[in-house]
Amino acid sequence: MSPRVLVAMSGGVDSSVAAALLREQGYEVIGVAMRLTPEAPPSSSPRRATCCSYEDFEDARRVAERMDFPFYVIDLRADFAARVVGNFVSEYLGGRTPNPCVMCNREIKFDRLWSRARALEADFVATGHYAQIERDAGGRFHLRRAHDSSKDQSYFLFTLGQSELARTLFPLGAMAKSEVRERARALGLANADKPESQEICFVPDGDYASFVERAAAPADLRRGRVVTSEGQALADHRGVHHFTVGQRRGLGIAAGHPLYVREIRAATGEVVVGSRDQLNSAGLVAQQVRMVDPVWFAGAEVALEVKIRYRHPALPAKLRMLSGDRAEIRFDHGGPAVTPGQACVFYRGDEVLGGGFIERAMDR
Amino acid sequence: MRIYLDHNAGSPMRPAVRDGIARAGATVHGNPASIHRTGQHARRVLEQAREQVATLIGASPRAIFLTSGGTESNNLAIFGAARAAASDRRRIVTSAIEHSSVMTPLADLEGRGFEVIRIAPDRDGRVSVDAVTAAIDNGVALVTLGLVNAEVGTITDVAAVAQAAARVGAMFHIDAAQAVGRVALRVEKLGCDLMTVSAHKLGGPAGIGALFVRPGARLAPIMLGGPQESGLRAGTPNLLGAIGFGIAATEVSGALDDECARIAVLADTLLEHLTASIPGVRFNGQRHGRVANTLNLTFPGVLGESMLIALDLEGVEVSMGSACAAGAIEPSHVLTAMGRSAAEARSSLRISLGWNTTANDIVHAAEIIPRVWRRVVNAEPAFDAEAVR
Repeated sequence: MSPRVLVAMSGGVDSSVAAALLREQGYEVIGVAMRLTPEAPPSSSPRRATCCSYEDFEDARRVAERMDFPFYVIDLRADFAARVVGNFVSEYLGGRTPNPCVMCNREIKFDRLWSRARALEADFVATGHYAQIERDAGGRFHLRRAHDSSKDQSYFLFTLGQSELARTLFPLGAMAKSEVRERARALGLANADKPESQEICFVPDGDYASFVERAAAPADLRRGRVVTSEGQALADHRGVHHFTVGQRRGLGIAAGHPLYVREIRAATGEVVVGSRDQLNSAGLVAQQVRMVDPVWFAGAEVALEVKIRYRHPALPAKLRMLSGDRAEIRFDHGGPAVTPGQACVFYRGDEVLGGGFIERAMDR
Repeated sequence: MRIYLDHNAGSPMRPAVRDGIARAGATVHGNPASIHRTGQHARRVLEQAREQVATLIGASPRAIFLTSGGTESNNLAIFGAARAAASDRRRIVTSAIEHSSVMTPLADLEGRGFEVIRIAPDRDGRVSVDAVTAAIDNGVALVTLGLVNAEVGTITDVAAVAQAAARVGAMFHIDAAQAVGRVALRVEKLGCDLMTVSAHKLGGPAGIGALFVRPGARLAPIMLGGPQESGLRAGTPNLLGAIGFGIAATEVSGALDDECARIAVLADTLLEHLTASIPGVRFNGQRHGRVANTLNLTFPGVLGESMLIALDLEGVEVSMGSACAAGAIEPSHVLTAMGRSAAEARSSLRISLGWNTTANDIVHAAEIIPRVWRRVVNAEPAFDAEAVR
């Protein structure tokens, strides 16, 4: 009997081609679209005003019909609200800048969805992520960057450990986006030229601060002052959730030289600003650190590269585990602004070694 | 092997219906309104179908108005009665467990100045006749009730309601879409002014239904156009659908008791097996005073959605709540109206048997359902999903 795979389908071209490729390769494919948000995001299209992102699900359904495999819409709204959106809001309120896509992968796609896969007797979960999984001769699994480095999404997947990688498939890992679109056209998939989704799915207008204000209790909003490193107050602000470390625009201050957010102190409501060179840091402390293969990290100090934002290059650094699941990462050559809440992902060349969430920057 | 246990959503066409439609497709065409012989033939066939449907519910053929199905019949009954009602009658009495094709039109009327009184059922899905009759007075334009609930199969005793409505001059509409073919229906005995029936619930084709309109009842059309169906429902009739409806009606009229008895034995057998092999499984609805084909069960510790998909992959087709526009499942409003929690409603499935369910189907279903439940409860226990809700 061919292995059964549950494919998470968004209606976009990537996951559609992923499902179609697996079907061609002889897997028994079950397509699922996840209903994650309470209602469709506001849109000018009246069809969007229905209960779910109707058009996207219909695109996924058409692929399933065309490729002749079963397809279901599954309701994970409660899990998504509690584990992803709730975290997003509380992180902003705490003065950090969360990465909900990492959370969604960890909590929904490779946890909640995997339970569903087991309930449906599926051997694998597959997604349209651009990343590669390899199994070595010793039976250990390795997570690697995508072949197409411009599309690489391995940053979002560092939370996957050995047991997750063993039952996960990324059919697009070795393909370029142009190839994926070509395959979509060759397969006659209607969404071959569908534009990429960019925004965080539950904040389609990109206005995170307003979203946080709608979701949070008013008492939890941390208002306060914008201050210099020396403690001089420059202005009042409407809440720490309006800021992210490294931010330059929208500070509401006219100064002789450009000012950047250096630090957000949620407890006091202080947003500390400074000049550009004050942003640089020597390293960071990460928490909730997980290793793809813990065997790697028996030793004391490990040389690796670290990516502190999705679109940043990986920087050479030294990692030292602290107590619990925390780690200290020191940049070899000094680093840029470090944003608490963002994921920091450890690489060695093309391989993802693990990662964690940035707790704080380390001063030089 | 597919085991189809979703007859309340729609039964497959009976062989006689399939054959009849195929034959008619080759020989009957034209427009029943046409003057020529072809039109006359079409008209004769249409009227024969109308008679067959009328016979099924003990009505005069002149009281049968063909529609596109249960939803249109309910819309015609509700909007038609509301429009025809005297201006001092601005209240409508119904229950909280009606089909969406009743609830949505009523919600629309609510936004147009009508007051809608929705009687809640008890924990077993019974709508209290006393509560309904107590709400009926001179200000009521329409009383609309389902005779058999689609999700739990409860039969509502409408005789007293009919009398109360008649006393004050209110219209009484019965949605019998789920009742037709499952219980004997006699419009005189039921005492209704309007009654909805639908073909695909009894093994006819989808897309055809009828509204019984008691002669003399005041009803305004909602579909305007030609003079078809005595001006109450404009549009060229669905001829092949009507033929199939007529055949299905005749098949059921002749064999209702036998078929219901056979299905009751199968459903009871299945329920017995499931109760014995799934600890804590709960039957929703009343054990007596219901149609035997419907089993609504709460499966402990699982999400019904997960169970439904897992069963589908094993070839057993059941249902749950209602599907939204995108195909996701919403928990049943009927179960929550009966006092079940949202979590319980999410753990509940509807299993509905029908004319082509075999003993062999039930043997297999009785083996597969508990096995799938055990797997799902282990792999994806529902309590952790519920804990965050």
